[in-house]
Formats: sequence, C-alpha cells, structure tokens
Amino acid sequence: MIIRREHRVLVQGITGKQGTFWTEAMQAYGTRIVGGVNPKKAGSEHLGVPVHASAREAAKSAPFDVSVMFIPPMAAKAAAIDACEAGAKMVVCLTEHIPAHDVMEMHAAARANGTRIVGPNTAGLVTPGEAFVGIMPAFNERVFRPGRIGVISRSGSLGTLVALNLTQEGEGQSVFYGVGGDPMIGTTSREALEMLDADPRTEAVVLCGEIGGSAEEEAAEYARTMDKPVVAFIAGRASPPGRKMGHAGAIVSGGSGGYDAKRRALEAAGVEVADLPSQIPQMIATRLAQDARQVAFT
Amino acid sequence: MNFEEHAAKPLLARAGIAVPPARLATSPEEAEAAAREIGASVVKAQVPTGKRGKAGGIRLAADPAEARAHAGAILGMEIGGHVVERVLVEAQVPIARELYAAVLNDPGSRGPMLLFSTLGGMDVEEAAERDPHAMRRHEISIIDGLQRADAEAIAAAAGEEIAGRIADALMALYQAYRELDAELVEINPLVVTQDGRVVALDCKLVVDDAAGPRQPGLLEQGTPDRLTGLEARAQAAGLKYIELGGSVGILANGAGLTMTTMDAVSHLGGEPANFLEVGGEAYTKAQTALEILLDNPNIRSLVVNFCGAFARTDVMADGVVKAWKALDPAIPVFFTIHGTGEDEAVALVRRELGFEPFDRMDDAVAAAVQAARNAA
Repeated sequence: MIIRREHRVLVQGITGKQGTFWTEAMQAYGTRIVGGVNPKKAGSEHLGVPVHASAREAAKSAPFDVSVMFIPPMAAKAAAIDACEAGAKMVVCLTEHIPAHDVMEMHAAARANGTRIVGPNTAGLVTPGEAFVGIMPAFNERVFRPGRIGVISRSGSLGTLVALNLTQEGEGQSVFYGVGGDPMIGTTSREALEMLDADPRTEAVVLCGEIGGSAEEEAAEYARTMDKPVVAFIAGRASPPGRKMGHAGAIVSGGSGGYDAKRRALEAAGVEVADLPSQIPQMIATRLAQDARQVAFT
Repeated sequence: MNFEEHAAKPLLARAGIAVPPARLATSPEEAEAAAREIGASVVKAQVPTGKRGKAGGIRLAADPAEARAHAGAILGMEIGGHVVERVLVEAQVPIARELYAAVLNDPGSRGPMLLFSTLGGMDVEEAAERDPHAMRRHEISIIDGLQRADAEAIAAAAGEEIAGRIADALMALYQAYRELDAELVEINPLVVTQDGRVVALDCKLVVDDAAGPRQPGLLEQGTPDRLTGLEARAQAAGLKYIELGGSVGILANGAGLTMTTMDAVSHLGGEPANFLEVGGEAYTKAQTALEILLDNPNIRSLVVNFCGAFARTDVMADGVVKAWKALDPAIPVFFTIHGTGEDEAVALVRRELGFEPFDRMDDAVAAAVQAARNAA
C-alpha cells in the first residue's frame, strides 16, 4: 500500500512532543490526519483533530485507513494490536527497541486482522508532493521532489541521502518506502519491491539495503522477474562482523548476512549495485535510457 | 545479551529442565573442592563462544586431583578470543544418546521456531548440512504457544519409549524462551541418560536487550560484550560507539547513514576510526558523542554527515558546535548537512565555527580522507 492524499490517517501518541511536531509537519504537507489517540486526553482536541481513548474508539466516530504510531517501546505492542483490531489497513510502526516477543505478537494480530504492518523501526512512507506518514523530511524540497523513482530503504537516514542524491541530479521520487531496521518487519524489501513494480508512477527502483538478515537476497529473487530497472546500495561493507551496527537487524553473524553474498545475489538477478550512493542516479539514468532505446527499436 | 552456560542452566532448571549438579570455580583449588562434593566431573571453560570442546576447554575428571589439574590447564586458556576466567565443575552423566533442541525468533515466519534433531552433539551443524532432514523445524504460534501434541510428534523421532519425557523438555524449553524474552535458547546436547532421564548438558541463551525493562535483574546475569574504555563510556551515555582502528572519525545520524559513511571513507581510500551514530532518540546527544569520538587518539580528521529525518540537524549541529568550541580540537572537520532543520544547521556551523558544509557527502569524505593522509 502506497500512501496517498485521500488516505485517512490516525496518529497514536499525537499529543506527545514528537507526535505533535511530526503531525504538524504531516498536516502541512497535505496528509489527511483525521484523529489522534491518547487515553488520558480522550475527548479533547489537538492540532484541530479529535483525540480518542483508543484506535478502536476512533474507528467508531472517524474511520481511518492508516495509523502511525508515536509510542514508546513497552507500550507499542498494545497500540499496534489496538490499531489492527480497529480495522487499520496499514499500521506504520516507527518505534525502535520493541521487545522481539512483542513484535511477534503484533505480527500475529496483523495476520489475524488482515492489516499490513510497516516496521517496526521504520522512518515511514513518503509520496512526494502528495502525503507522508512518519518521520521523513518529505517537506525539504532539496531532498524530496515528485518524480518517477521508487526508493526502498531499511534505514531512514540512508533513504534520505539517496533521495537527496536523486534530487540533486534532477530525478524526483514516486515513493519512499521505509521498511525498517528491525530483524522482524511486517513489510519486507521484497514486498515493497512488488508494490513499486505494480505502481504505474514508478519507472525504476532503488533498493537501499544493509548487512544482516536475508532481505536483499529475497528481494533479488523478485527483482529477477521485473521489467523495471532496479539499482541497489548495501550499507555495511566496511563494518566488522559480529557487532550490531546500530540497527538490531544489522549484524553479520555465523557467515550469514554478509555484504558479499548480498551483492552477488543482487548482481546475479540483474541488479546493479553501487559502491557509493552518489553513483545511483547515473546508473538509473543509463538503465532507463537503455530501456527507452529498446522500446524505440521494437 | 549472551549468557554463559553457568548462568543459563539455572534458568533452564527453573523452567523444569533437568541439569546436572554443578559449581562455578575461578581457581584450581576451588575446582578441586567442587569436585570433592560432586564426584566424577566435567571441567568446562566458561566463555561466551562455541567450540569449547574442540579447543580443549572441556575435560573429564575422575577425581578431585584431576579436576584441579584440568582447571589449572583450562583457566587462562584463550578460546575464540576470550581468556577463560571461570570453569564449571559439573557432575558426569552416563550418556545414552545426544539430541539437539532450540527455540529461536524466526524472521521468516515472524514468530518462534522450534528446532529438534536426534543428531545432537559437537557436529550438529555439519550433520544438518549433510542431511537437511536431520533438523526438524517447527513454526510456533506466539499466541497459542507450543502445543503438547506437536511436541510429542516431534519428540517421536527419538523413539516412542522416550518421546513423552522429551516432549516435557521441549514444552519447558518453550516456556523458558517465553518467560526469559529469549532470542535464542539452545540445548546441545540434550541427552538421554542410560537410566532414561532427559538432561540438558549445555545451554546457549541470548536474551533480548530490549526486554530489559520488564526483566528486572536478568540481563545482569549475562556476559556483556567486551568494550574498550571509550565504548563503555558511550554505552553509559546511551550511545552506540564501535572503535575500528582507522584515522578518519565519523559522526553521523542513523545506523544506515553511519555505515554508509564508513563505506564511503573506505571506498575513497581512508580507514574509518569508528562507528558512532546519534540518530533516533540519541540525536540530542551530539555534544557527548563528539567528546567521546575526539578522545580517540588515532583520529586525524573528522567527517560530520547529517541527513536528518527524525533526527533534527539543527539540534545535532548545535551539539557539535558546543563540543567543538569547548574542546577546540586540533584536527580538521568536514561537514555535510541535509534534511530536517538543514537551513538552521548550516547557518549555525557557518556562523559559529566558520566552516562551509559540503553539498555532497563524497566531497566531505574525500576531503577528510585526504586530511587524515596529510596528517599521517
């Protein structure tokens, strides 16, 4: 699911400092915020929208499509399950350091209710010029511009850099899809790739991976079947094995999750892998130009 | 958090899995005293790594004198980069069969997974590679838990007469996994004794650090990563800092961008001095972060790379400016700043420090690599 202007968004934890800061930013950008949640402030109004006791309560008076969570780690499980049971189509979970057993319970609730969870530990989703949910600098026009390139990233900061590099070279973005830096995420890089493959506005995709896990190998299997060009960058080539590099999911252990295997899998699937993010725009331009020539000849 | 055998086994026992009587010793004399109580024993090195047996860190002792001699040989050994400071003196068990059992977080199914094999022991990984069917994998619903009927069906692979008792152990193993917020709890070998008991002879436990707040006192029983002085200081300040030995210091926000900056330093011919990120909730700690980073004597230049999303670059730049003014370091610094709060951050760095941030990361990194080379 790609975030659109018509999607109705609920903000869980809307009254906190970060919830307030980012809700204001989302509203200013054009995201349709229809309500918030804080059980202690139910019945009041914040940033011009009603505050509810729970997502389930919110759903009764003001239906929503997407919930975005500004909720601390120990309370995240209850909030996510609440949003799933309230009928959210998508729950965007920004929280980092949620206990893994809680994360598994969240995913079980999502499965039972047909909800898509994005994250945990995602920076959110941006559809430039249209709407964003989460904590990305969508509003900074030097970073994000409407365009034709889809960007998928485990990391918000790296995703920001890649969007910036594209914009600096005159390429805008159709979608930024932050899948999250946790080891057990609700929407994988492969699933995000499938969505961008189906998105008519996206002409090429940049996959920003990192060491740890097997998300890039799985995405490579799907990329092999795609007509749209895919270019990748994998962070962590210079990282030592056996250490968690900030993200809980970014660790090379026991010979798995390493840089070389990921790069080989992607290249074998026809995905060009950049050594530096700054090389990505040129790689994309070359691939799109090749495709255009092939179309012209056939 | 990794738990060594001596810390993990009492937790297994609490969940209802039999473990042999054992005592921890830090000297040959203590090992001898322990063996006098326990009888025929196994002296086992306690280090947070595998392959202890192959390294000679596990030895049988028939009597207390032998336990003393073995402890003397094992204490001070280096296994997998760890110096052995403690041994576990454990009662010998008459082994009939060696099995393998584990429960872990499975990213593929986003839920718990039970692993079970009748080919337990030192070479379980090799055995599983040779014969994929040797390792049974069972996905567990985190909501319903491990079902008794499933545990029995899995345990049946070890033979009907013992399946019930093994199923008991598997149920207890899952219970321990849940109660301890474990990422992994692995018993290898899980043995069947000659008199038909099911006993855990070793245990590897990894507990989720994120669950610390609801597991009071638990993480303290584990063996923390060995940290350098600066790494420990960073950890105490709530920052993730890893020393890497190079000369180009890196301060960036977010794990992905920080790794990418390290990669860029390396690709452009330099050697990163550290991983240090001030992203997420830590973005207000830029000042402390920079103080720690600059205390690394190997640093010859510094690149500050901010691509702020949640982490506001104006707040981070303010921390850097304050630390820079307070410490007045003698090394050159190269900034590149984009994202949330970028205009304020760039203006601040210009005004307060007189530095002009680079528009492109590659240019900032290349300049830092060159400066480090010139200073060498």
